[in-house]
Amino acid sequence: MCLGIPGKVIDIEGAMAKVEIGAAHREISLQLLPETKVGNYVIIHAGFAIQLINEEEAKKTLDLLDSISNQMNGGQDEVY
Amino acid sequence: MKYIDEFRKRSAADGLIAKIKKIASKKVSLMEVCGTHTMAIFKYGIKNMLPERVNLISGPGCPVCVTPQIDIVRAIAISKLPNVMLASFGDMMRVPGGNTSLENEKAKGRDIRIVYSPLDSLDIAKKNKDKRVVFLGVGFETTSPSIAATILKAYDENINNLFFLSCHKLIPPTMKALLSLGEVRVDGFICPGHVSTLIGTIPYEFIAKDYNIPCVIAGFEPLDILQSILMLLEQINEGKALVKNQYTRCVKPEGNIKAMEILREVFEVSDSSWRGIGVIPKSGLKIREKYKNFDASAFEIEVEDIKEEEKGCICGNILRGINKPYDCKLFGKECTPLYPVGPCMVSTEGTCAAYYKYERRR
Repeated sequence: MCLGIPGKVIDIEGAMAKVEIGAAHREISLQLLPETKVGNYVIIHAGFAIQLINEEEAKKTLDLLDSISNQMNGGQDEVY
Repeated sequence: MKYIDEFRKRSAADGLIAKIKKIASKKVSLMEVCGTHTMAIFKYGIKNMLPERVNLISGPGCPVCVTPQIDIVRAIAISKLPNVMLASFGDMMRVPGGNTSLENEKAKGRDIRIVYSPLDSLDIAKKNKDKRVVFLGVGFETTSPSIAATILKAYDENINNLFFLSCHKLIPPTMKALLSLGEVRVDGFICPGHVSTLIGTIPYEFIAKDYNIPCVIAGFEPLDILQSILMLLEQINEGKALVKNQYTRCVKPEGNIKAMEILREVFEVSDSSWRGIGVIPKSGLKIREKYKNFDASAFEIEVEDIKEEEKGCICGNILRGINKPYDCKLFGKECTPLYPVGPCMVSTEGTCAAYYKYERRR
C-alpha cells in the first residue's frame, strides 16, 4: 500500500498539479508539498505529491553504484 | 532521469551482489518492514540472488494485513446503515471480516465504492449530498497525511456528509513492539522508504541506540534494495548500529514537515489493535475533537464479538516474522489468493500472497 510513483509536474493550478507518469497524465494534489514547481519530479501516493525527488542525490547514489560495479566487475548496462 | 530504469541497471546489480557475497561472512536475518519492499524483493528475485547466509524476513508492514477483523466488521456494519455510501482503497475489498467481506457486501447490493485517492471520496460526497459518505482510512504514515489533508479540505469547504473511519497505524511504535516481544532475531532493519519520505530518519534512532540494531532506509527499485542490504551488512561487520539512509533522493532527515503538521493538526496518537499482534500502545491515529464531525467511529452500530484468527491460520506469526508461509498447513491448499483464509494471502502485498505468486513452484 505504500507504493509511490515518480512523476514529472507539467502544470500547476492552485493546489492541484498535472503530472506525467510515463505516457499517462494525472491530476494530483499539492496540499502536502506546496513548494512544488513545474518541472519538479515528485513521489505520488494516493493522489498526493508526498515528496520532491532530488536529482543531485539520485546522481550521487548512481555514481556510488557505478563505482561499486567497476570495483567488482565490468558488466554491461542491461536493464532488468 | 526518470528515476526508474536507472535503478534497475544490471551491471550495477551484479556489482552489488558480488560485493554482498564477498562481505557476508556470517548468518544474518534482515527484516523488511514494508509490504511494498516484500513485493519488490520477490518481483526482482532478490532473495535468490543473495547468499544463503543472508536471510530476509518480512515484517508487519502491510496495512491491509494488520487491520484487525473487528475494523472490517465495523466498516461492513456502517455500510449497512441507511443512506450510507462506503469508500475504500481497493486493497481492503476482499479482506475477510466475520463471515463476509466488503466485496461480498458490494455484490449483495451495498453501495461500496473503490477509490484511488481519499480526495475521490470528497468528490463523491459533494455529488451525493443526500448520502453519508464514509471513507475507510487504512494505511501507515505514507497514507495518513493524505487523509488528514482531505479532512482539512472538507472542513474548509464545510462539507457535512463525509466521514472517516480511522484504522491508521504508525510504523516506529510497531517496530518497538516487535522488538520488545523478543520472538524473532533481527540483525538489521530495511526501513520503509515511503513512510520515511514523510517521517524522516529520526524516528528510527531509538532502534539503533536502545536495541543496537542497524537500520537502513531503502528505496523500492532493485538497486535500492541491494544497496540497502549491503549497507546493513557493512554496519553489522563493523559492529555498528546506526540509522543510514540509502533513499537520499526522496528521504530528508526531517521528512516532510508540512505534511506531518497537517497530520498532527487532524489526528492524535492513540492505542491501536493490530491483527496478529494485539493492542500496541500509541501505534494508531484517531481524529481530534476539533474534527469530530468527520469521525465515523461515532456512528451507532452493533457488532458481534468475533474471533480474530481463523482456525489453523498463522498470519499472526507471519506478521511478527516468526513463521514463513510454508509453515502454515493452509498455505496453497485451503488458502490461495482466489480463496484467501487470512489477510496475508488477501493483500497483494501480503507475505503469503508474495510467496504464492513468486516462490510456490520452487
